[in-house]
Amino acid sequence: MSDPIAAHTVFAELSDAQRAQLAAYGTPESYRAGERLFAEGGDADRFWLIGSGSVALDMRVPGRGEQVIETLSADTVLGWSWLHPPYRWHFGAVAREDTTTVVFDAAAVRDRCADDPAFGYAILRCFTPVIIERLMATRLRVLDLYATPAQAGRPSTEVPS
Amino acid sequence: MTAPAATSVATTAALPLPYRVVSRRVDTYDTVTVELARDSGPLPPFAAGQFAMLTAYGIGEVPISLSGGGASGDRLVHTIRAVGAVTRALTGTAPGGTVGVRGPYGTGWNLRDATGADVVIVAGGIGLAPLRPVVLAALADRARYGRVSVLVGVRTPADLLYGAELRSWADAGIDVEVTVDRPDGDWSGHVGVVTSLLARAAFDPARTVAFICGPEVMMRFTAQGLLTRGVPADRIRVSLERTMRCGAGWCGHCQLGPLLLCRDGPVVDWAGAEPLLSVREL
Ligand SMILES: Cc1cc2nc3c(=O)[nH]c(=O)nc-3n(C[C@H](O)[C@H](O)[C@H](O)COP(=O)(O)OP(=O)(O)OC[C@H]3O[C@@H](n4cnc5c(N)ncnc54)[C@H](O)[C@@H]3O)c2cc1C
Ligand code: FES
Repeated sequence: MSDPIAAHTVFAELSDAQRAQLAAYGTPESYRAGERLFAEGGDADRFWLIGSGSVALDMRVPGRGEQVIETLSADTVLGWSWLHPPYRWHFGAVAREDTTTVVFDAAAVRDRCADDPAFGYAILRCFTPVIIERLMATRLRVLDLYATPAQAGRPSTEVPS
Repeated sequence: MTAPAATSVATTAALPLPYRVVSRRVDTYDTVTVELARDSGPLPPFAAGQFAMLTAYGIGEVPISLSGGGASGDRLVHTIRAVGAVTRALTGTAPGGTVGVRGPYGTGWNLRDATGADVVIVAGGIGLAPLRPVVLAALADRARYGRVSVLVGVRTPADLLYGAELRSWADAGIDVEVTVDRPDGDWSGHVGVVTSLLARAAFDPARTVAFICGPEVMMRFTAQGLLTRGVPADRIRVSLERTMRCGAGWCGHCQLGPLLLCRDGPVVDWAGAEPLLSVREL
């Protein structure tokens, strides 16, 4: 089971022993395009390493249905809400195409982190950059970098036709 | 201070020469591509990455990069996004109409430097326009380069430039990835910032040359992402935009630190650009 993890840069910092420990909690799982991995508000009891394919994070917006807010592709981690109470998904996740993953039993990993602080710290060091990256990406998008003044709500631009 | 990345070509005409709009294609709801030709006299040799000062007669003059044509062609091609009075007039000029052209000005991308290397082209929004000649040149001489990736970030699917052309680039063996910030219901592609595409692009960082054009913040984060992957700073090129007036190094309007960007830019390598971009504008 350690090979699929070794292939992911996310866990490059783990020692071989830690990677083997983590691998014990993982199972390969595939999803068909359109299949939902989890829904907003549900128990965050798992996390995934995406091997191939891609997954869309979405959010229910009243009157507008499920809005995709980000897509995650191969070699990324899906799910970090399991790390902190209340262990609920902030968003939903749907496979955009046929997707292979390794899914981890998050509660078991959490217990292991509590029992073995060195392992717990190493896992946190792997997940913190993921969280920072998602935060930075969100902030950049809030800046609406590609907007013209008109799109940003200032005087309107006449549209060429 | 690292020297500007690319060749600075001597500038010539100080007065705008009249050019005829030969064709006008609406790319998106606010962006138009025009082809310009001269009725008499040869076209000046433009290099990819350089810009012209385009005049909408009676309204004003603005810098616009070359998005096609250039050195070997008999047309100048410019892709223009309507954001204000001058660009609105330029994008609204019908075929047969006349616009003024001064140039070429500024440095070029210097793609030939990437001979034998992987090429990563990262565009944000209208930034794809100045990079289009780089892609076309890479396609025209495909064997000269290793893997070529074009990574494009746009605000919404409706803002995507050159849609059909992007597909033809992909068919011709270039890795093309597009991501949008705000998807609509029909969008089934990637969603998120353009830097997220870097992780999935296949290139050998140590032998890669990267070309980036887009909003300054986007270029900063993209350059940082490339550095993190191991691309050396002097092999990352960005196109820096500052307000320009003369376009020819005379008036000082486009100054950024020791550079006059109309003359020493707009294409500058990241080793030189990075320290300047941390200086706040006055
Ligand atoms: C070297 C260089 C190359 C350029 N190449 C291109 C190109 O290939 N295609 C192209 O469409 N534009 C390009 N630009 C930008 C273009 O020059 C400006 O959009 C233009 O000067 C705006 O003039 P305007 O009179 O139409 O608008 P203004 O009346 O001057 O501006 C209207 C509003 O738009 C804002 N604005 C100005 N420029 C931009 C911009 N780039 N993005 C968003 N908002 C802006 C202004 O702050 C203002 O609020 C380039 C700029 C430089 C310096
Ligand atoms: S615009 Fe005048 S010096 Fe650059």
